[in-house]
Amino acid sequence: MKIVAAMSGGVDSAVAAARMVDAGHEVVGVHLALSSNPQKYRSGARGCCTIEDSHDARRAADVIGIPFYIWDMAEEFHDGVVENFMAEYAIGRTPNPCLRCNEKIKFAAVMERAKALGFDGVATGHYAQMRETELGRVMYRAVDPSKDQSYVLAVLNTDQLAGAHFPLGDIVKDDVRKEAKARGLYVANKPDSHDICFVPSGDNAGWLRDRLGSDVGPIVDEDGKKLGEHKGAYTYTIGQRKGLGITVPAAGGEPRYVLKIEPKTNTVVVGNHDSLAVSGIVGERAIWCGPVPAESTEYRGFAQIRAHGAPLACTYSHDGGNITVALDEPIYGLATGQGLVIYDGDRVVGSATVCATE
Amino acid sequence: MSIYLDHAATVPMVDEAAAALTAQMRVVGNASSLHSDGRAVRKAVEDARLSISELIGCEASEIIFTGTGTEADNLAIKGFYWNAVAANPSRNIILSSAIEHHAVKDPIEWLVEHDGARSIEIPVLADGVIDLNFLRDYVEAHRDSIALISVMHSNNEIGAVQPVAEVVAIAGEIPVHTDAVQSLGKIDFNFAKLGVTAATISSHKVGGPLGVAALILKRGLDITPVTHGGGQERDVRSGTFNAPSIVAFAEAAKVALTKRDLEFKRISELRDYAAKEILQAIPDASLNGAAGLPGILNISFPNTESEALLLLLDSEGISASAGSACSAGVARPSHVLLALGRSEEEAMSSLRFSLGTTTTQQDIERLVEVLPSVVSRARAAFSVKK
Repeated sequence: MKIVAAMSGGVDSAVAAARMVDAGHEVVGVHLALSSNPQKYRSGARGCCTIEDSHDARRAADVIGIPFYIWDMAEEFHDGVVENFMAEYAIGRTPNPCLRCNEKIKFAAVMERAKALGFDGVATGHYAQMRETELGRVMYRAVDPSKDQSYVLAVLNTDQLAGAHFPLGDIVKDDVRKEAKARGLYVANKPDSHDICFVPSGDNAGWLRDRLGSDVGPIVDEDGKKLGEHKGAYTYTIGQRKGLGITVPAAGGEPRYVLKIEPKTNTVVVGNHDSLAVSGIVGERAIWCGPVPAESTEYRGFAQIRAHGAPLACTYSHDGGNITVALDEPIYGLATGQGLVIYDGDRVVGSATVCATE
Repeated sequence: MSIYLDHAATVPMVDEAAAALTAQMRVVGNASSLHSDGRAVRKAVEDARLSISELIGCEASEIIFTGTGTEADNLAIKGFYWNAVAANPSRNIILSSAIEHHAVKDPIEWLVEHDGARSIEIPVLADGVIDLNFLRDYVEAHRDSIALISVMHSNNEIGAVQPVAEVVAIAGEIPVHTDAVQSLGKIDFNFAKLGVTAATISSHKVGGPLGVAALILKRGLDITPVTHGGGQERDVRSGTFNAPSIVAFAEAAKVALTKRDLEFKRISELRDYAAKEILQAIPDASLNGAAGLPGILNISFPNTESEALLLLLDSEGISASAGSACSAGVARPSHVLLALGRSEEEAMSSLRFSLGTTTTQQDIERLVEVLPSVVSRARAAFSVKK
């Protein structure tokens, strides 16, 4: 097959590209320029987007012996990911931009462009497995549980997954580094990335404050009693305990947690730990990564609500657009906007965006 | 085997140059040393200097070898500017064409940002040739404030040959520098006849090795150096003589100039054939700039992106180049095409094919054969993006 290998400049995507070549595919390396104003040098734990990273990607492609191009997707990334990130925070949600990037950029804009140019699919260094089963081509968790990235890929529909290739799904990270070294890819020792790539400082709150303003507003308890003031509601996260700056102690001396963010009134609601408990989740904008489960039917499975969160045993059902989840055990702290991913064992069933909790 | 249509970027080294290079590399001696080993190497360097001077119509002592064409351009732009403002601080205007190579454009911008220079760009007409009327009027009005004029001998992206002799006539006493990197070995270039104050030539564009170039600088004129050290090249440029590369440069220039007129005809015909066939097969494609240099063919393909075209051509084994410039690794519209009055979109959809001594009729036929499907595929990718 003719494959575009997305190459960030990191070790995973470099090894993924090399593995696609080994598998006999005709591979072209593509580095996505996602920032219109890239920084020259990598700093901290950002895994892409600097000029240094694009040089690393090019060097890796040269070592592997494949053509290499830079595709300018800065505009698409800004419109599809960064704008959405801000808009979601502005309405009090906590979005995951990596999910959005996979859905709108890597396996949409890039995939479409690749297909138009005559390629059959896109390979990335994500840790997940595509398997041909009696259910069709479906996605499973990676064998390395500590690196499994099926969560951030669960926003891909079956059409997108049909052209997606994840050559690292059956290998653990340590072995990827060893393999990179053996292949002469000097990115072997490059640190993993984990920050949001377009927030170079890693200071999400500051980044949001700069863009959405920092209107002071009340911090209230569940009864609406004002306890203090905040500096910009969207810089708080549900379940956050530190940095609230509340001087009025709670009755009983229990610590307080952020329960809710109400952007319309610019209010942050805090309360005790028990009030964070969630046992029912509703997710909107359902996306199915394989066969669509029958509507209005209850299934047993697992829900995951964070990239490296634990699988939570649950019963789920859907009505076409929304997925409703009843957790066996309550969890504490879940924000709207987070990705809700449903698993059947290790198989990814689908995903939705959390819109309500109880 | 790839079909190499990027001769304006660099050309294959000719056998004569490779032989001279490898032979000289085995000879020990610093050309500045006074012992016999040093003298032998110095003789080889000076023989090469003389040989090049005869080929381009200058005196041997007018050749200042540099590491690259970019270095020679920097030396000329900064050197003349610093000379001018040292004599008269208000003489700080640098006139240059709007289509200069970055090796000229960027040192000027640097002088503007850091050293008080004012930059005036001479616009080009639709065929890619500078507007001499603009130049005449401007020089007449500001003669005493102009530090130097730099107009390339021919353009690397569109091949347009510039009226440098006319520029010299208009300039009078004002120093004129010309970047002749693309012209050497391809079209007539004679330093004395042209009358410029300085010119840049480069080895790897004529079949010599990388890492050597020259600024031809009128005798008796010394400009402020950029690098300081041993003063090997007329105290204007310092650094150990790169004897092997200098010797090979001379060999390559000899070969290129010997074949020049025949190759001009052959390559021009191939270029014209390619242009005709491509425009016939892709009727909405359009040429950028008038024919000048024999091998350069710059074409816009509406509703495509040059990077997609390049990817597809590369997969067909054809090496060409984009009509765009890389800025931070990302394609941006070329300032040359914008100066011609092309829109950003047109500039971003352009390709430069540059033919050279290794180009054959079969190469062009293969290009003409694959280009229509490459363009239609690139159009599909373009429509996805819209």
